[in-house]
Parts: sequence; structure tokens; C-alpha cells
Amino acid sequence: MKRKLTMIQAITEAMDQKLADDSRMMLLGEDIGVNGGVFRATEDLIHKYGPERVVDTPLAEAGIIGAAIGLAMNGKIPVVEIQFLAFIYPGFEQIVSHAARMRYRTRGQYHVPMVIRTPYGAGIRGPELHSESVETFFAHVPGLKVVAPSTPFDAKGLLIAAMEDPDPVIFLEPTKLYRAFKQEVPEEMYRVPIGKAKVVQEGSDVSIFAWGAMLRVAEDAAKQIERENGLSCEVIDLRTLYPLDRDTIIASVKKTGRAVVVHEAHKTAGLGAEIISIINDEALIYMKAPVKRITGYDVPVPQFSIEDDYLPTAERVKDGIMETATF
Amino acid sequence: MTSRIILSKDTAVFFSEKERDVSMSSLYQVLSPAGELVGDLKGQLDEATMIKMYENMVLVRQFDRKSINLQRQGRMGTYAPFEGQEASQVGSAMAMTPGDWLFPTYRDHAAAIVHGQSMARVFLYWMGHMEGSISPKHLHIMPPCVPIATQMVHAVGTAWASKLQNEKHVSIAYFGDGASSEGDFHEALNFAGVFQTPTIFFCQNNGFAISVPFSQQSASKTIAQRSAAYDIPGVRIDGNDIFAVWLTMKEAMQRALDGKGPTLIEAVTFRYGAHTTADDPKKYRDQESLSEEWRQERDPLQRLRVYLENQGLWNETKEVELIARVNEQIDAALVEAESYPKSKPEDMFKHVYAEPSWMATEQESELVKPSKQEGIPA
Repeated sequence: MKRKLTMIQAITEAMDQKLADDSRMMLLGEDIGVNGGVFRATEDLIHKYGPERVVDTPLAEAGIIGAAIGLAMNGKIPVVEIQFLAFIYPGFEQIVSHAARMRYRTRGQYHVPMVIRTPYGAGIRGPELHSESVETFFAHVPGLKVVAPSTPFDAKGLLIAAMEDPDPVIFLEPTKLYRAFKQEVPEEMYRVPIGKAKVVQEGSDVSIFAWGAMLRVAEDAAKQIERENGLSCEVIDLRTLYPLDRDTIIASVKKTGRAVVVHEAHKTAGLGAEIISIINDEALIYMKAPVKRITGYDVPVPQFSIEDDYLPTAERVKDGIMETATF
Repeated sequence: MTSRIILSKDTAVFFSEKERDVSMSSLYQVLSPAGELVGDLKGQLDEATMIKMYENMVLVRQFDRKSINLQRQGRMGTYAPFEGQEASQVGSAMAMTPGDWLFPTYRDHAAAIVHGQSMARVFLYWMGHMEGSISPKHLHIMPPCVPIATQMVHAVGTAWASKLQNEKHVSIAYFGDGASSEGDFHEALNFAGVFQTPTIFFCQNNGFAISVPFSQQSASKTIAQRSAAYDIPGVRIDGNDIFAVWLTMKEAMQRALDGKGPTLIEAVTFRYGAHTTADDPKKYRDQESLSEEWRQERDPLQRLRVYLENQGLWNETKEVELIARVNEQIDAALVEAESYPKSKPEDMFKHVYAEPSWMATEQESELVKPSKQEGIPA
């Protein structure tokens, strides 16, 4: 049956269905039980599955992630919720030095099937350190996978795929899109494969790469520029940030010869640089213009009264498209 | 604060102000440094186990000395010695059973060996081999943890899973006095207390975190007293008294298996040597006199040997035979390690994920393909 769900509803449904489907599944996090999570992603799940499987933990990110590593090594499949991406740092060592390396150090004897879910990104008028987009920290670490959906459909399918993945997955949920719109989402369980980008809109003149909340900005810009200048943009939602879907990136730019990368993360050492590098390695001779990056600035994400000025807008993306098109 | 009796009645207590005396006499002790029984064996320690304790301590001490020599000869990398801490490691590991989870640091290979890790494997680890951290299949011996205190929370997680799965196993996290300053120490003890996990936190307080003495590490006089903050049992014991170590571990394990949750054990001991073969302890302590004092007055092997000899269970002939036997075992393990197939460069690409990433697959083929420079005249 098709119904329309918000992204947060799709995420809740994915966890609900996996909890019912697999007795090894556990949810851990701060305020995720009785309170249902600060964004209500785990609403009512404690009542359905009990406090042993939906666990309100002490307020300690290293403790939560570290304990989840142990649980995962000994037969459980933990899904950890970190309240905001910028609160993950106390658990960073556990992620990069242990979760990402356990399979490697034990030569496959032990592995860490676990998902760390966390809202990320700006645009919700949050207080300081509630709006970061630091996916690049995790996309630098072999042993992790990094996923960022931009639609309710993908959020459910990718989260189910992440919960079934044998390796640790950092699951970044664009806070701004939690309740931004509804989309038809199948009731049954389904998987969206990790590592595969999606061509959201086909086009022939310029490729636009984006993910998370920036996908909507990219789509807006593409629609406007087509109407205003007759340029045909191909919009690609990367969906998985590590490993990147090189084939889809390359196939698109070989066709268009022009590209714009949009991300709300800081520009320097952001994933845009990696995407340009892939294009450089595989499709340089096809390019008719330098690849343009429209990104958050190299400043801390500012206080919310000016956060919209930090974030890439459709106007900025359109400027970037025109720059590459008229090079 | 009122005094609380922790574990059994003859176990040292430490909670009240007056009991915060940190002299050696306040430690729970069963076998004195002179080799005399000063505590109750509780009918649990038989002669065969005592002899095995001694044999194991001699084995690991010989192993440790051999390893230092191998490092000096360039046959091993930097090595972290444990001589002086044998009773803590051997006694605790001998109390464990095969299904238990052992989380060692880089200085706890004596515990790993006694629990069933092969000495050849431990050599491989210190030789930088990719397969140096594999556990024997029927055991759960985790890779030596290099970052400080981080393994303590893993031992909460594995124990938590054991509890949820109704498995009668405990998880034991080894750590040192320095680890007690880390945030993960606190988070582990707090989680274990909240979720009542069958975790045993086994601290070997050897007095120094590399160079910094415990008095500068912490204003609290002991590590065991920290347990009060988490409302879990804590006990401070003579870590060079293998009977005290074994009996305390057995009791903590029983509590854990009875569903009574975690225990913090502080075993007071001393490393005779350097932090690692790359360290010079003369730089930060009066190495010669301190080391000599502990060797002469509190050595873990010596006191057990005296006790066994007084019981008529040990003599010089047996000692000579034992040394010859363990050296033979160690030499055989070394031959096994040195003849083990070397790690190949392409091994670095294996086991990053269940399925390798396209990046690593490509980079692996770049690694093994012939250089582009071949054929270019010099």
C-alpha cells in the first residue's frame, strides 16, 4: 500500500520494521525511549519493544558508541542515535579507532554491524553546534560507510540497508528535511543500496551533484535555470558519501562536460574536492569548464540569525551553473 | 562516610576516611611477601592450581625477557614488558573460563597467553604481523588495546550482550592507573553500574603512567574508591599476591554471573622495567632502587615459590626442569612465529569491509602492478 510519509516517519518505520524482523536489533541513545528522541524518530518504540531493546542511555557519547561496539561484537545489531552531529565528537575515537578497525585488526574474526544515526545540517534555527555538516570527517576513514538520504523513500530504504550492512554505517539525516515534505513510501521493507547515487533529473548541459538538504536547493536551481536560460541540468543525489558512486559521477560528466558540486559543508577539504578529483582522474578530457563548488563557507556555521547566508542558495547555485556554462 | 565491607569480610575496605590508608598493609592479601599464608584460601585453591600458577608465572616472565632480547636483536618491534606484574595477569586470567571476553591492553599479553593465546601469535603481534591479533577460535581474546581506557566500554557492551542473551560469561577489561584519568573509564563504570553488566574492571596500578606517578595522576588516593561514585563494589588488593588476585577475581566473577553486576578491582603492583623498549625509566624515577626494592621485597614469583617449597610442593630440581621446559616452549613458539608466512603487501587491503571498496581494490592493483618507470633508461 502506498502512503505518504515525512522523512522522520520513514525513518521510524524502518527501525520499527527491523526491530520486529530481527531480535538482534537494539536502539540506544539519549532520550530515545520514553521521550521518543528529540526529533521523535523513535516515538513509541520503547512501548512496542521494551526498555531492553530501546534503551535510554546515560548522556555519554563515547559510552554509547563504545558499548554499542561491544554489543555488536557479541551478537547484537545496535542502532545508535546521537542527538546532533556536533555532539558526536566525544565518541569520535570509538568510531575511528575501534568501530572502523575491528574487522581489520582481527582479520575478519570480529566485525561491528552497527548504525550511528544523527541529524545534521543547518536551516532549522538551531542553537550553536546544532547545524554542522562535517561528513568529511567520517568519509576519510576506511572501515566506515557514510550515507545521507534526501527523501523519505531513500531514508527508509537506505536505513534498512544500513541496518543489514555487516560494517558500521554513519547515517546522516538532514534535519531540515525531517518534516519538510511527504512522499509515497511503500509499507513493506525494501532496500536502497549503499554506494549508489541516483540521477534525480536527467539533463545534457551541466551535472549538479548534491546530497541531503542541498539536493532540494540543487533541484530548485536546475528548474529555474532551465526556465530562465534554457539550460538542461542533470541533478544527481549522491546518497552515499563513502564510498562515492564513481560510475554515476563519471557517466554524467562525460555526457555534460560541465559540473557543479553543492554542499553545505565547508569548502576546504569538503567532499566537493573529492568529486572534482574523481572527475580529474577519469574524465578530464571531457570537461569544457572547471568544476564549480557552491558550498558553505570556511567559517564555523554561524548563529542562526544569519545561517541562511551561510547555506548555499538556489541563486548561488544558478550563478555557479552559469559560470560553468559560459566559461 | 560509613565504612562498607566489599566482597568478603577479609577483603580490604577503603571507603571511609580512616581506611584510605594506602600503605601496602591496607591491601587485601592472602600470601605475604615472605611466602606465608596470611588470609583464608576459602577452600577454593588446591595444590595443583597453586603449582600451575607458579609455572605460568615463570613461563610468562621468561617470555617477557626473551621478547626484550628479541627486540634488542632487531627481530621484534617496540615491546611493552610486564615483568613484576605476573601475579596480577596470571592470577586473573587463570580465574577466567573459555567463554569469557578478555580485553587486554598492550601490556597484558601474559593474561592473554594464560587464557589461551599462543605465544607464537603474541610474537607475531610484536613483530608487526597483520595476523598478530587473531584470537583462538574457541576464545574471545580481543586485540591489545592501544588507546587508553577505550576498551573498557567495549567490555561493557560485550557483557551487556551476554546478559541479554542469557549467556553465563563475563567480560574483563584490563587497564592501568593512567586509564583512570580518561573519560572512557568513567563512562564504562557508569554504564556498567546503570545496566548492571557482568563486567570486571581489572586495574593494574603499577604506580606510573609511563612517567607520571599516580600521586600526580589523581587526587584520590586509590582507584578502587572511585567505585563508590558508581555504587558498584570496588576492592584494592596486593597485585603481587596471586592468591589474592585469583580469589578476588573468582568472587567478582561469581557476583557477575549471579546477576549482581560489575566489580572494580585495583591490583597494586609494579613494572620492574621500562614502559616500552623505547622508554628509559631512569629519566623519571629512581629506577634502580625502586625496581630493586620491589624485586627484593614484593616479587610475585618469589613469594609463591617460598610457599610451595614450605609445603613440600616445590624444589630446586623442579625449578631447573621448569625453566628448561618453558624455555623450550618459548623457543618453539619463536620458531613458529619466525617461520610463519610473512604479511604480504596486499594483506593491507583485506578485511577493511566485508566487501572491499572500489577505491581499495584499485589501489591494490596499483600496488602490485609493475612500475611505470621500468624500461626508462637511467
